[in-house]
Formats: sequence, C-alpha cells, structure tokens
Amino acid sequence: MADFEPKIIVFLCNWCSYGGGDLAGVNREQYPSNVLGIKVMCSSRVSPEHIMESFVDGADGVLVTGCHPGDCHYIDGNYKTIRKIDMFTKILEDFGIDPKRIRLEWISSAEGNKYARVMTEMTEEIRELGPLNLKDEVE
Amino acid sequence: MIHMKKDVLIIGGGISGVQAALDLADKGYEVVLVDKNPSIGGNMVKLDKTFPTNDCSICISAPKMVEASRNENITLLTYSKVKKVLGSSGGFEVKIWKRTKYVDPDVCTGCGDCEQSCPVEVPSEFDEDISNRKAIYVEYPQAVPLTYTIDYANCVGCGACERVCDAGAINFLEISQEIPIEVGSIIVATGFEMMQPDEWREEYGYGKYDNVLTAMEYERLLSASGPTDGKVLKPSDGKPPESVAWIQCVGSRCKQKGMPYCSRVCCMYATKQASISKGERPELDTSIYYMDLRAYGKEFQQYFDKAKTKEVNYYRGRPSRIYQLHDGKLAVEYEDTEKGEVKTDIVDMAVLSSAIVPSTGNAKIAEILGIELDEYGFFESKDMLTAPLDSTREGIYLAGCAQSPKDIPDSVSQASGAAARALMPLLKRERKGRSKKKPQRDVSEEEPRIGVFVCHCGKNIANYLDIEAVKEAVKDIPEVVYVDNSLFACSEDAQVIIKKAIDEHKLNRLVVSACSPRTHAPLFQDTMEEVGLNKYLFEMANIRNQCSWVHSDDPEKATEKAKLLTRMAVAKAKRLSALTEEEIEVGGHTIVIGGGPAGMQTALTLSRTGKKVTLVEKEGKLGGKLRRLNTIFPRDIDAREFADRMTHEVADEKNIRVILSAEIESVDGYIGNYKAKINGEDIEADTIVLATGFKEIEAKGWHGYGDDSRVMTQLEFDEALANNSLDKPENVVFINCVGALEEERPWCCRVGCGNSLKNAKEVKKRYPKANVFILYKDMRVFGKKEEEYYMDVEGEDGVVFLRYSTGQEPEVVKGKKKLELKVHDNLLDEDIEIEADYIVLAMQLEGDESAGKLKKMLKISSDPAGFYMEAHAKLRPLEFPSEGVYLAGGAHYPKNISDTLAQAEGAASKALIPMMRGYTKSEGMISVVDDEKCSGCKMCISVCPYGAIDHDPEEGIAVITDVLCKGCGSCASVCPVGAISQKGFEDDTLTAMIRAALLEDEVI
Ligand code: FES
Repeated sequence: MADFEPKIIVFLCNWCSYGGGDLAGVNREQYPSNVLGIKVMCSSRVSPEHIMESFVDGADGVLVTGCHPGDCHYIDGNYKTIRKIDMFTKILEDFGIDPKRIRLEWISSAEGNKYARVMTEMTEEIRELGPLNLKDEVE
Repeated sequence: MIHMKKDVLIIGGGISGVQAALDLADKGYEVVLVDKNPSIGGNMVKLDKTFPTNDCSICISAPKMVEASRNENITLLTYSKVKKVLGSSGGFEVKIWKRTKYVDPDVCTGCGDCEQSCPVEVPSEFDEDISNRKAIYVEYPQAVPLTYTIDYANCVGCGACERVCDAGAINFLEISQEIPIEVGSIIVATGFEMMQPDEWREEYGYGKYDNVLTAMEYERLLSASGPTDGKVLKPSDGKPPESVAWIQCVGSRCKQKGMPYCSRVCCMYATKQASISKGERPELDTSIYYMDLRAYGKEFQQYFDKAKTKEVNYYRGRPSRIYQLHDGKLAVEYEDTEKGEVKTDIVDMAVLSSAIVPSTGNAKIAEILGIELDEYGFFESKDMLTAPLDSTREGIYLAGCAQSPKDIPDSVSQASGAAARALMPLLKRERKGRSKKKPQRDVSEEEPRIGVFVCHCGKNIANYLDIEAVKEAVKDIPEVVYVDNSLFACSEDAQVIIKKAIDEHKLNRLVVSACSPRTHAPLFQDTMEEVGLNKYLFEMANIRNQCSWVHSDDPEKATEKAKLLTRMAVAKAKRLSALTEEEIEVGGHTIVIGGGPAGMQTALTLSRTGKKVTLVEKEGKLGGKLRRLNTIFPRDIDAREFADRMTHEVADEKNIRVILSAEIESVDGYIGNYKAKINGEDIEADTIVLATGFKEIEAKGWHGYGDDSRVMTQLEFDEALANNSLDKPENVVFINCVGALEEERPWCCRVGCGNSLKNAKEVKKRYPKANVFILYKDMRVFGKKEEEYYMDVEGEDGVVFLRYSTGQEPEVVKGKKKLELKVHDNLLDEDIEIEADYIVLAMQLEGDESAGKLKKMLKISSDPAGFYMEAHAKLRPLEFPSEGVYLAGGAHYPKNISDTLAQAEGAASKALIPMMRGYTKSEGMISVVDDEKCSGCKMCISVCPYGAIDHDPEEGIAVITDVLCKGCGSCASVCPVGAISQKGFEDDTLTAMIRAALLEDEVI
C-alpha cells in the first residue's frame, strides 16, 4: 500500500492549535501534505456529525485538535470535546471503524514541533491502516 | 516632525504595560506605549508555562499583545526610550527617542527572507544567549509588531537583506528621531531583570561550569519554541540530564550576598520547572533546595503538593557551594536543616533561581521623571501600604514588577489599578468615542459574488507552489467572479487593487489565499469595511504556514493542497452572511458588595470618576476586617484609624450610597441590566463588584479553642490588643497554619504569617519582658518590606521560632495556672514544652459564606475554599467569564492591604470600561436558536460556560442573551435536533468545507 495517500481532515481550534500550525510554518517544520485543516473557534464546536461527514465523503482519518486542558479560550470547551470524541469513537468502533482513525490532540500555539509531529504520526498511522473506503460503501 | 497629543504615556511593554494600556484605551483614552526592545511582551513571553495552571505563556499573552497593537487608541513605540519629561500632572511634555530599525514597518511583511540571507550571527537575547539570531531579526516568532529590525551594532552592511526584500522594506537611510508627545499622566511599568548569579553568588559556579544555568535559561530550554525545541539538554554535551537541582534564593533573602527581600515567584517557578520536567521524563531526578517554601497564592500550595506526589524532592537548606567533579557532574553541598546533616548531592545540572532585581534603566527613568526609587532600585510608592500605585510624584503611577517583585496575576491587577489611577488627572478631557464606520452595503439579497486573491508572499509561497494552478482551481466555481494574484496581498497597493476589484466586479465576498488569518485577517477586513462590505464576508486560506512553508520539499503536493485549501475557503465564503455585533447600553451605576477595604476603595474610585455606587455592607459599619485588626502588617499603622479614614472618604462622596446591615435577597440580569433586591428595595445597576472578603474557619476543636478563653484566633487577639484587654503575659505562643496545608484544606491563607509577626512585635513592644514563640510550617512573607520585617522580629530577644509539620500538631492542655503546650520542633528534632499565657491561632481562611448564595444568582462559581473563580487565573484575575461582574480583595483570595487596594482599583478600572464607553458589544459569531426546532431539552444550557442561555418556561425553548455569548459553538455541537447554530460556523458551512476538501469533482 506504498502509494496510498490518506486523506485526513483536521479540525483546528482558533486559539491554540491553529497557532501551533502557524508556528510549525514559521519554523519550516516539514510534514506530509495529507492533512487539510478546518478552523473552528473552539474544539468543542466539532460534533460527531462533522466527523461522520468526513468519513462518508472519503476521509481516512479525522484529527480534532484544541488547547491543552485548562487552556481553552472558552474556559472548559476542550473538556467537553474529550467527552464527545471519546463517546463517538466508541460508537464508530461498534460500526467497525478503527478507533485510530479518530484522534484528539492538544497542541498549543507554542508547539509548532508538536503540530508537525502529530500531523506526521497521524498520516503514517493511517497510511498503515489503509484506506477506509466508507465513501464507496455508502455509495 | 511628528508631534503627538495623547492622554497617557506607558513606559514598558511587558504584560503590565500592555494591560494598563488596554484598560485605558478601552475607555477611550489615547495611550502611547513605549518599549526599549524591538517588540513588546517583556519577560512573560519568554516563559514556557505559567504556574499554577501550566498555561502556555505565549499562548495566553500573544492575544493581549495583538489586541494592543490593533487597538486604535494605542500607539506602540518600540525600540524607543523616554528622553525627557517636563511639566506636571495633567500636562506632561515628553520627548521620546525612537531608534531607527532601518526597516519600514509599514512595508515589512514579516516574511523572513531577509533573516535567511543575513550572514551575521549573534547571541539571541530572547533565548538568553543560548541560541543565535541574525543581525536583522524579530525577537521571537509571535513578536508584536511582527516587523524586522536591523541591529546596527552587529550589521556588517553587506546589503544582502536589502537585495532579497521583495517588498522593499529595508531602508538604510532611515534615521532615529525624537518624538515630542503631550500626555496627562504616566505609568511606569519597566518590569524586572534577573540577577546574574556570577555577581553575588560565585560559589555556585555560574559562568564557570557549563551545566549551571539560571532559571530563565532553563525556561528557554523548556519552551517548545525555544532553542532546543523544548528538550532539556545539558549545555556541556547536548545530552539529556539524569538529575537536575534547583537552588532557591540565589541573590535574594540575603543582605550580604544580594538583596534582603524575597523575590516572591522563585519557589513556584522552580516547582513548575521541576514538575514539568518530571512530567516529560519521569525517570529524571529533580531536587529543590529551599529555605521556606513560599506557596502563598491561590492554588499554589496545591500545585506544590502535586509536585511532591510527582516525586520532586524538596530539601530544606541553602547550599553553600557547587563544584564540578572530574566526570563533569556537579556536587551540591548543603545542610539539610530538617535532618541537621551536612550533605553533598551529585547532579548533572543545576538551576539557579536567581533573584528578581530592578531593571537597570530604572535609575535613569527615575531621574527623568523626577520620582524616587527605594533602597534597592525599584520605584517607590507614595505610600507602600495605602497608595501602592502612586509614585512619589503626582500624575505618575506604577505597575507590575517596576514597584516590587510579583507574579503575573498581581502584576496585571496592579496594572489595571494603575490605569484607574492614571485616568484621574484626565477626567475633564474628552475621550475618543466610537470611530465612525462607513455605512455598509446590504448584500443579503444578492447572489454570492466571490473575489479570490492568491498571494505570492514574495517568494515564500510562489517559490514552492504553482500560483497559477491555484487560481485555475477555483476560477470556474460559478460564484467566483474574480481571481487575481498579488506579490504581497497585505501591502498598501494591494489594498487599493482589492478595493477596486470589489467595486468593479460588485464583489460581495472576499477570499484571500495567503498566510494566517490570526495575523492578517483584520487587515483585509479593514479594507473591506472601507468600501462598505461587512467584515464577516471574508475568509482566508492559509497556503503559507499550512502549506508552502511546511511542504517546501514537494511543490506538486503543496500545489495540490493549496488548491484544496483555497477551494474550501471559497466553499465557506459562499455561505457567509453579514454579521452585526449587537450593542447594548451600559449606564453608570455599580453595586459594590462588601464594605471592607476592597469594596470601599472600589467605590471611591468609581465615584471619583463620576459614577454612581451603591455600597452594600452586611454589618452595621463599614471597614470589614480592618475593624477587627489592631495594626496592619508590615507598617504597623493603626487599622481602625485607617478604616475610619476610608469610611469618612466614602461618606464625603456624594455619588456613593451606603446600605448597612444589608441583606441581598436577589440579583438577576446581566451587564447594563442588573436588578437586585436589597433589604426589600429594588435596585437597578449596570455592573457589580464582589468584594465580600474572607473569614476564619471555625476554630472550635483546634488546640483547645473554645474550652479556654486564653486560646484565641488571630482576629480575636488583634481585637484584644486594640482594646488593651490582655493581662500582662509572660509567654505568648502564636501557632501558624491552623487548619491549613492539610488534606482537608490544603491551601495557604497567605496573610497568617505576617499577621503573627506583627502581633509578636506588638507583644514585645508592650511587654518587653514577655517571651514570644512563633510556631510555623514555612515562613511565608513575600511582599514588599515583609522579609525585612521578619528579619527584625527574628533578631529580637525573646522571640523564638519553632518549625512544626502537618501531622505533628502542637498539643495544648490546661495546666494549673497556665496553658501547657507541647510541640515537636522539626529543626532541632526535639519535643518542646511551653507554658503559655495566651495561645493565638492563625486560623485558615475561607471565602465569605455569602459566596454560596451570590454565585448562584450571578451564575459564577467558587472554588472549594469558597473563593470566587476568576475568568483566568493569570491574566483575568479581576473578571468573570461574562462581562459585568468583577472581583476584588479577599473574595478572590486573602491578601494584604496593599495588594487589596491595588486590586480594588483594578476592579474599578474593569467596571469602568463598559460604563465609560456607555455600551458593550456582543461577538459577531454567536449562536442562535431556531425557535421552531428547539425542543427545550436544556442540553445547551448545561454546556454554556457563560450562562448565556436560559430556558424560557412559557415557550419551552432555549433563549440566548446575545451579549453574554462568546461564540465558542459548544452549544451548537450538542443540540440533538440541530436547533442551535453558530454564525459563521453553521453545520452547513462546515459540511461544505469538508465536501470541498474531499469531493474534488463535486460542485461546492
Ligand atoms: S479554544 Fe482551543 S479548545 Fe477551546
């Protein structure tokens, strides 16, 4: 599966993770181009619906990122994110979707290196898992 | 020559200066913020994380700095110094010397090409000389302003930067200049420096051994964006250490070898550094060598306790020296005072917690301003206790560490307080009102007409991906009616082109495919507003930071990704609609709850600016705890006299109405619309300040309290001293930390140690023959002049200090005549028996009981100790998540009088922002409820952190109060029926972006 290029949707919270992505850029950290970022104000905006939509449309992995616990710009939004994502991952697992395809990461705006690392890891991991092909199944 | 007329000059652009500037600018005053460095940010932005929340320092401070740079009432003068000040309060004439940066800040795009081409490398001051920077540089990646500076001293004049700068920003002919400014008041916020440990403490081998670092150097190593990418490595060989030792009080708390005062933050930052290091590498051995562990602030003790559970080792003893062994390891020699043993520990790395010292420029600034310094070189307050924010000259005020060492929340509280002081000489001035916006074109009926601009960012994007291909990818989308590219989309001339395109092609949406919206969106949004387009009709694709810079090795893939990112932005743009930021009126009436020093000071400040205040006190008299104290630490002034003075001042203010013996039956509403019922009377108000103070915990059961009247609480003893009702004692025992630093109530009461000290001194003054025993756990005196006071008391004959530990509580029994007390002194490791005439208990403190009721009414929360939870522990200590309610004094956490008064001025400053403006604005991207769909399940109510959503019982649906919604969108993501959506981030919009990213052939 060497030539498989996974498609990954990453949700970035405006206050921390998006900044981490900016810093990764400033520092010219290289990572695979398979990730496509969507900005939300807070990670807590991301709902199961958006993750499902991504998979159905052909994403092989979804990454949700936010501020570190305690750092959320909206006080405790990211705690709500944890609960939501954990719950939804379990549901998907029941449907046979590998939980590794959904990942939740805290990336602060000072962690450009972590941003690049997480993007790389996620891509490698999904590459290993192979395509999800939910899109074809749905069709 | 430019000649500026402004309201306030602020010297120093660290977090205190920035906070003071924002507080004033938000009220409509025009501020000049001067910093000697190329960018603002000061010391805070160098830190990795901040205690006790481990917040990422740059993450929380950068938004404030950006806010300051974008605020139209703030003029930043970086790389500048104050040269001369003439005139007096209300009318200062200032001359600023602005050094040339040889780079035109209006043209520089911050792309960094120049930096890459510069051949000169010099040590980076920002990284404490651990890494190098170029001669043309920005101090750090998130710097504000994000424009380059040529450091003349190191520039070799090769011209490489000028050649590569496509924007043409480099100008070697730009000269330094003097800028005259007129202002009404001045705030000094020059911050601090850290003592270089080779000056005073050469026995620790700093400068001699590679692996002996200062704490600030270690902080840079920890920082993810620091010279080692956040990895702690030994400078000697670049390998990770196996053990690290922190040496406390290096250059502080020692008259002979530095400064006698306590630096106030070192215990906590060492704890932070050790526990973060340990968290990252659990096998690392971490030890902290300290004298007293001063974990005095809110949540500090809990943070320290947690570090201990992470196996950070603490040794009580000040090392006498550090020397290097032949294998490069370091030997730390010290006396463990708890065990009475002299020991030598071997470690790989030693970190010196060096003292906070005054900025070197202070003397010069003091001379220019005509104000005084204290004996150490910090700025002197007019009165350290009762007027901590005033300098020794009228019209000049002090904020942050310029006055004395302090942590971040105390600094920003003080900065807000200084802002409140600084506006007093300006009250008659006209303030800047709302700037008039151009009327907006109504586009709601128009079909989307999107214009897309793809930016080259010089070479930064164009060199790594195919700009034409990106344009090609979106140009056939039906709604896209115009596509263009631009060398620098953010340049002045590009704005002209954008405006023309909007006009000629009747564009009603704009997409810029360039760099980060975090830095550049506001610029394009301004451009849109200038031609009458709502700024929310804008979207950016970040094809630089998220694409060309990070996929520079693969142009093909980078191009593919840039195409998709741009397509996604277009998909979003198509669905954008014009948003308005709702304004609501805010009048000028505040209810201040609590009539102690915090409440009285808040009321006084508000009233002096002409606002109406209702000051509510539950007792029959104003004064709060001051009424029960004898004297005030560390100045020994009469507490009741001080309370009387403040009470009279309050009585003299015609804007203040005092309600005594008050009972608050209810409070309801939100900013501009509060309704309270107090003693049966309905009162309306625009803002509320909580100053409800603290109280001693129930003393019954502790050390015989309740069984014998000679066992008293600290406050009772103060009262007895004030009333002169003591029988001449032979022995008086003070027990500190009663009910504190233990499992049930782990926090530190912050003021108990100082109170015991001043009462001990008073006892010795009245009864010179009496013996005084102070039983303590750690002596936590940290404020200005407090350590010195402690040293004096310690030096007095007949005052004995005994150290006991939690779990080995002193035992008290009733003897024949006297009280008999037995305690285990853990420094002497001996049981000691004392016959006491009085035993004074420094009781643990907790929040006032009113918090229980008030927090429910105001939808705010309190911690387990009953103190209100502020909006943010570090940077918003005086506010709550939702605007309109503010916090001061002991209700936040116990604190001494000078910190209380500073905070009270700060809370007044916060309340004055909406009240002086006359309005407050809601966010644009807030949530809305679709009444038809809402089933009234209340899920959204439970997740809203701001209490912005209510349940309408009549309609059975959720209702959002627009001004309270901050736009996080968490409600929208939990609504089971899709009745709530967040504007700008509707489910539709997000779905469209996902589809645009993944379904390449689909119409978006
Ligand atoms: S704002 Fe980043 S997770 Fe909430």
